[in-house]
Amino acid sequence: MSWITQTFSSTIGRKLLVAASGLFLIIFLIGHVSGNFLLFKDDGGRAFNEYTEFMTTNQLVQIVRWLTYTLILVHIFVTIFLSSRNRKARPVGYKEARPSENSPWTSRNMGILGTLIAVFLVIHMGNFWYKMKFGDIPFVTYESRGTLRDLYSVVIYSFTSLWYTLLYVGMMIFLGLHLAHGFRSSFQTLGLRHRKYTPIIEKISIAFAIIVPLLFAIMPLYIYFKYA
Amino acid sequence: MNLTLNVWRQKGPSDKGGFKTYKLSDISEHMSFLEMIDVLNEQLLRGGEEPVHFDHDCREGICGSCSMYINGRAHGPQQLTATCQLHMRSFKDGDTITVEPWRAKAFPVVKDLVVDRSAFDRIIQAGGYVSVNTGGVPDANEIPVPKKIADEAFNAATCISCGACVAACKNASAMLFVSAKVSQLALLPQGKVERKTRVEKMAAQMDLEGFGACSNTGACTAECPKGISQDNIARMNREYFGAKFTSDNV
Repeated sequence: MSWITQTFSSTIGRKLLVAASGLFLIIFLIGHVSGNFLLFKDDGGRAFNEYTEFMTTNQLVQIVRWLTYTLILVHIFVTIFLSSRNRKARPVGYKEARPSENSPWTSRNMGILGTLIAVFLVIHMGNFWYKMKFGDIPFVTYESRGTLRDLYSVVIYSFTSLWYTLLYVGMMIFLGLHLAHGFRSSFQTLGLRHRKYTPIIEKISIAFAIIVPLLFAIMPLYIYFKYA
Repeated sequence: MNLTLNVWRQKGPSDKGGFKTYKLSDISEHMSFLEMIDVLNEQLLRGGEEPVHFDHDCREGICGSCSMYINGRAHGPQQLTATCQLHMRSFKDGDTITVEPWRAKAFPVVKDLVVDRSAFDRIIQAGGYVSVNTGGVPDANEIPVPKKIADEAFNAATCISCGACVAACKNASAMLFVSAKVSQLALLPQGKVERKTRVEKMAAQMDLEGFGACSNTGACTAECPKGISQDNIARMNREYFGAKFTSDNV
């Protein structure tokens, strides 16, 4: 069994954990942003509230939910380990360094971008997830569906605040920058590099890093301009 | 050309070290960077000061000795060149040039610009070789190797172990070096026999030496005097996972 701990305590093994968890979270983002689109439906929030009900009760979703929490933590803690190792690998720095000449900014600042996203995640979870789990959520009754918790109105209320809307939209820029490097980089770490596919992966990486955060950002803006 | 040099001076491994500024005049633009340092050293000797110590050997871009971090770049501003083949025409009259040693925990400074790169040797000793007795030179076509594969192995083998990849990497990671050394053997029939054990041992030694992890910035390839490709890092990751999950080494 020692080979398992050996593998995952090596730098390459730890990078595998970061890349694999990152790719999972990329897939999670697709699911999340698709769900958000139900907020655009002009039905007083029924579709969205039914979706929330499904997401909090379906057993399969619960497994995926715990997997997501675990992998977010893996992604964060393994990168903290690696970053601290990386910092120790150069105890004395250069007086003059010009990293912009040899590497993209995003690739060198994944730690900062990731930390900002983590801080945002805490605010975001406190805002909706915590309220849904432990806080007071108003109820709403639909004919033929019964009483559901009305997360829709909580979301609408949150994004009538200018500061919240700006925070969410601003954070999506950081998410985009994080994805611009993270998406393509995870394939490289997994060893998936090929003359045919790598140029495609790099293009998809850029497209994903622009489109997904943009789709996320549209939602709070739409609500703000409609209801505020 | 007239130049101002900011050079790192350090008496020995335990000395704190610091930058010293020197003025140089009448430097020919046709000189190589090392010849310019030679001129500086002659000047220092005449003035009774200890010359600047630096590693150099072949001065034709093969040996990989000349490790200098020049103006914030490993081997200076010119791509695909080692310091010895960098010429003063890459600089302008009146320039101030900062020269530092490679900076990495695994490359401790010995003196001035000289660093101890024996960490690389120990990584090679861990498995960067073919241990079977290959006997005499075999007939050229006895073991067929496709031209493309041979070229790829050769490209990996052009790595001169200079350490610019480590110096340029923000994490002081040795992944480009190790991956080139893993690749040059993993691609060829003679090297394939020990490929699993090799990558496991070399990667373990790399971690042991205190190099950082790769974060795919690509700085290593950009600064590599031989342009060793990122393909090698991906290949090494594949080799490593393949070995870790399927080798007999428990």
